[in-house]
Amino acid sequence: MSQDKRHLIAKRISEELEEGQVVNLGIGIPTLVTQYLGDQEIYLQSENGLLGIGPPPEEENLDIDLINAGKEPVTYLKGSSFFSSADSFALIRGGHVDVAILGVLQVDVHGEIANWAVPNQPILGVGGAMDLVTGAKKVIIAATLFNKNGEPKLVQNLTYKTSGIRRVDLFVSDYAVFEFTEDGVKVVEIIEDITIEVLSEKLGFELDYLSAVPMA
Amino acid sequence: MKKVIEASEVRNLVKSGDKLLVGGFGLSGSPLTIIDELLETDISDLTVVSNNLGEDSLGLHKLFVQGKIKNIIGSFFTTNKPAVTAWQKGELEIDLIPQGTLAEAIRAGGAGIGGFYTKTAVGTELVAGKEEREIDGERYIFEKAIKGDVSLVRAAKADKLGNLIYHTTARNFNPMVATAGKVVIAEVDEIVEVGELDPEYIVTPHAYVDYIIESKYVKKGGKYVESR
Repeated sequence: MSQDKRHLIAKRISEELEEGQVVNLGIGIPTLVTQYLGDQEIYLQSENGLLGIGPPPEEENLDIDLINAGKEPVTYLKGSSFFSSADSFALIRGGHVDVAILGVLQVDVHGEIANWAVPNQPILGVGGAMDLVTGAKKVIIAATLFNKNGEPKLVQNLTYKTSGIRRVDLFVSDYAVFEFTEDGVKVVEIIEDITIEVLSEKLGFELDYLSAVPMA
Repeated sequence: MKKVIEASEVRNLVKSGDKLLVGGFGLSGSPLTIIDELLETDISDLTVVSNNLGEDSLGLHKLFVQGKIKNIIGSFFTTNKPAVTAWQKGELEIDLIPQGTLAEAIRAGGAGIGGFYTKTAVGTELVAGKEEREIDGERYIFEKAIKGDVSLVRAAKADKLGNLIYHTTARNFNPMVATAGKVVIAEVDEIVEVGELDPEYIVTPHAYVDYIIESKYVKKGGKYVESR
């Protein structure tokens, strides 16, 4: 997977965020979104009890107690707060996090996702994945459309283990942006130079635009 | 009652078969000194409730490698290779719980609440067999509260009464863990006189805390190292 694609996805997602929002970023492509926030005030939340994550620390200011949910050292910004894991998940589950940006293994056409259990490996980790899928006001998926074996991540039925019954809102991929509505998945815009027909063929099912007039 | 004890006295507070509640997220906020003391005992068959199983050969990882843990309840063990191997061989029982459910279950345990309904994990493999109920048109599952025999807490400072304050994200599960054990032991960087902590900033009131020990670990060069 090229760096360009990952950054393309991250940059596109940054356009979805609004000034003043509380945002939780998953590991991987979601973390790259911070590079495209410009001077927008976005408040980043970490499951292990921090609202107001700052950039990684300089070597001399490293404090290994102070980490994000991926256990990487971070800093905290002015106006930030620390709280317990129970308070942190009350924030998440209670719908006080505006946007969760998550990676994914699969999304089905109804917007149900699988993002915790890696197939053919012992399933011994879930972390906060299910709480975030369930609780965030809006869930945006950040992922390439195809995995490293060339299999599509957008599928008609999940073959990996579900993360919960909640329908995510948006899937920003390297080919297109998808929105999940009551009528299923719709294409919002095409990012890669490709037609919706070719994209449908690659995925193995028929895709429609969200609106009659394509916004691409 | 005198709460400040020598670290080695911790060895007498835990017995075989106990259920331990242990604070920490990775090694941040993990009671490393207390765990080291338990290595010096012959206790076994422990059930441990903790988000992870230590890391980098420290903390709960040591206790596990010594064969003292038979069952671990938490949210993330994938990165602990020896634990994964032991689980595959049937030598370690693992109960996987979503992180927020774990935090809330311990909170409920300490607060005298029998359990709670949550939307998290509804429809997933992790709640197979659990009671489901519809509330205001949405699906919830019932999660039982978690209580323990002994709570191992890591905080930044304690006063001699046992009031605790924490340091940055090392707080994590510790305030809940401090409420939900029959015996609560806190490991701290610094023990101060009563009155030195500002009541406005105390997170864990002393009523929860039974014993206090001073940590032998300090942070140095991006690691937790033994200092004394």
